Amino acid sequence: MKLHWFHLAPWQNLPSDFTERYRSVWVDVPSKLWDPVEGHRHYNEYLDELEFADQLGFDGICVNEHHQNAYGLMPSPNLMAAALTRRTTNAAIVVLGNSIALYNPPVRIAEEFAMLDCMSGGRLVAGFPVGTPMDTCFGYGQVPATLREKYDEGYELIMRSWTEPEPFAFNGKFTQLRYVNLWPRPLQQPHPPIWVPGGGSIETWEWVAKRNHVYCYLSYSGYKRGKALLDGYWETIDRLGIEPNPYRAGFLQLIAVSETDAQAEADYAEHAKYFYDNCLHIYEGFADPPGYRTMPTLKRGLVGQHGKQVTAARKALTWSELVDQGYVVAGGPESVRQQLREVIKTLNVGQLMVLLQFGNMPKHKALKNTELFAREVMPALRDIWSEWEDHWNPTGVPAGKRVEPAALPSANGHANGATNGATNGASGGTHGSANGPAGAATSIGDESGRSARGTASPARETDR
Amino acid sequence: MSGQPTERTLSLRGGMFEIRVADAGSGQPVVYLHGSEGPHDGWPDFLASLAERYHVIAPDLAGFGASTGAEHLRDVHDLVIHGLDLLDALDVARPHVVGHDLGGMLAAELAAVAGGRIGKLVLAAPLGLWNDREPVLDVFAVLRDEIDSAYWYDPASAAATAVLAHSSSEEEARRVTLLRHQNLSVATRFVWPIPDRGLNRRIHRVTSETLLIWGADDRVVPASYGERFAGLLPNARLVTLPDCGHLPMLERPAAFVEAARSLLDG
Repeated sequence: MKLHWFHLAPWQNLPSDFTERYRSVWVDVPSKLWDPVEGHRHYNEYLDELEFADQLGFDGICVNEHHQNAYGLMPSPNLMAAALTRRTTNAAIVVLGNSIALYNPPVRIAEEFAMLDCMSGGRLVAGFPVGTPMDTCFGYGQVPATLREKYDEGYELIMRSWTEPEPFAFNGKFTQLRYVNLWPRPLQQPHPPIWVPGGGSIETWEWVAKRNHVYCYLSYSGYKRGKALLDGYWETIDRLGIEPNPYRAGFLQLIAVSETDAQAEADYAEHAKYFYDNCLHIYEGFADPPGYRTMPTLKRGLVGQHGKQVTAARKALTWSELVDQGYVVAGGPESVRQQLREVIKTLNVGQLMVLLQFGNMPKHKALKNTELFAREVMPALRDIWSEWEDHWNPTGVPAGKRVEPAALPSANGHANGATNGATNGASGGTHGSANGPAGAATSIGDESGRSARGTASPARETDR
Repeated sequence: MSGQPTERTLSLRGGMFEIRVADAGSGQPVVYLHGSEGPHDGWPDFLASLAERYHVIAPDLAGFGASTGAEHLRDVHDLVIHGLDLLDALDVARPHVVGHDLGGMLAAELAAVAGGRIGKLVLAAPLGLWNDREPVLDVFAVLRDEIDSAYWYDPASAAATAVLAHSSSEEEARRVTLLRHQNLSVATRFVWPIPDRGLNRRIHRVTSETLLIWGADDRVVPASYGERFAGLLPNARLVTLPDCGHLPMLERPAAFVEAARSLLDG
């Protein structure tokens, strides 16, 4: 069983009357609500939390892409992933992912993913979502009716650029390039594992299955509602005669672990409320534009992720209702262990993405939730699916052979030129504490942090 | 008398497009091009009135209503070619064209690139231009229970309720919802995210005598766009109907037909 720590990176500072004053957390939520100093803090805390998950032995750490919203603050998940390559060691870096139709030309994704794969020593999982309608159609102006066709074409271009050894020309409907010639190439060959988050389009099941990728359902409605979607996927797998390896499927679940069931409510209920009330406050008119979902999907009667019915279903749910109905798996360790075994078995998923920070949960609680999960829950789930082999996680450079970030020489030695090179380390002086990853971790805003960011000359003056 | 229209299906380009066409009346041909919301349910009064004097031809454009082939159309250029293919297949010489909303935009495009194929133009609240200070309504993001008040000046009027009274059963409501999704989905190919595809760079080519008809209270394409069109079209006049929204041919059918015939009959 694989367990991946997922960050949505929510904006935590929405006003208490947000839902009365604004119609949507996405697309037209005014950016005057953004506070840059708080943003600085959130980004750094969120990276800390992801790095902590790596340290605790999660299989993957996940970031994703959203635009023009206060729900998830990663318009560029690749920037987050790049930052994560340096201070994490073992976890897969799961970028879930880049919305292909939004990149012009889409080889940009092939390039950036190849960079991330090389930087991380082959730890990248490449995610290819179509993207929500709020992100793609409204935020980025993509035509709903041709979004999937554009996605398909971009996917073909990326795969060819990763796998063809010589430059080639690409004459697509949406992208035309006389020369496609990828530098760099991914470390994992022929390419990183590919995961595709789906939001309930029936065509996606077959598309993913036929290409031997992982299908992920990123739901906030919990496993009881997610079952209809995953059942559809497994029926497709069965119909195509593909082995139903659970590692072909991923599922996102909100989880809240504390010492006891009662303490879980005390610790996390307010943050779940913030998440469901504010972060999913999406104007109905942005949730399902004509053409975004295909006619077959509509005729099947599947409910969209962000539609009115979904919103209505969870409106004003109490903590105990959220827990009873499976939106949030919460409680003391034993309770969470039991519920998650049921989630995993019910859905037949081998890649569970756990959302342990949600809504306005502060860092100390996110770390508590993460640590309790890693210590008390994770070990009890590891044996599930041991009869299956996971072919969909990274296979890069083995842990012991990866190049790790080197300790920094002192600023003193380098700023004074090559003649002093031999003396650095010894002459680190007051800035010695900034050396190495551990020192840098604590340096935000303190003296060593400022000098590390500054130019060489002030540092030299100080040292003199 | 016009009576009910007859229906036929035209197959274009070896079956790439199957186009449903409704015909009524006789005389000089008038092609009616519907808007983004697709062909009208049934045969509305304004078409019946026009059919008393003209041969009215109302196709469902590719992908709309009962027609197929939207997947072959990626942009307005493709749509214009489709319009020309359709005129060829209809085998009518220089028809007058009445177009509403997206259909008005297509009519103007056709007249700009193939003026010799088009007679006179009646453009009812056409799309095709853009003004930052008074944007066209984003009809794709309008909530279901706000659609009627977006399109009609008075959704409670007799004219409106006669048209809107169709979704009585749940099954019927579902059919209408799916059909609207289908029609608007095709429209996104030509007008998403902004219904300006460069018509203002071509509109000077329109030589057809043109009548613009606008509802004074149009909440979808504000009446100020009428003035803009009138200023850009070389040979146009504008009629603005009071107490009227984005569907002048449905909300003010008598005034609409009177205005249209003042141009077409001349």
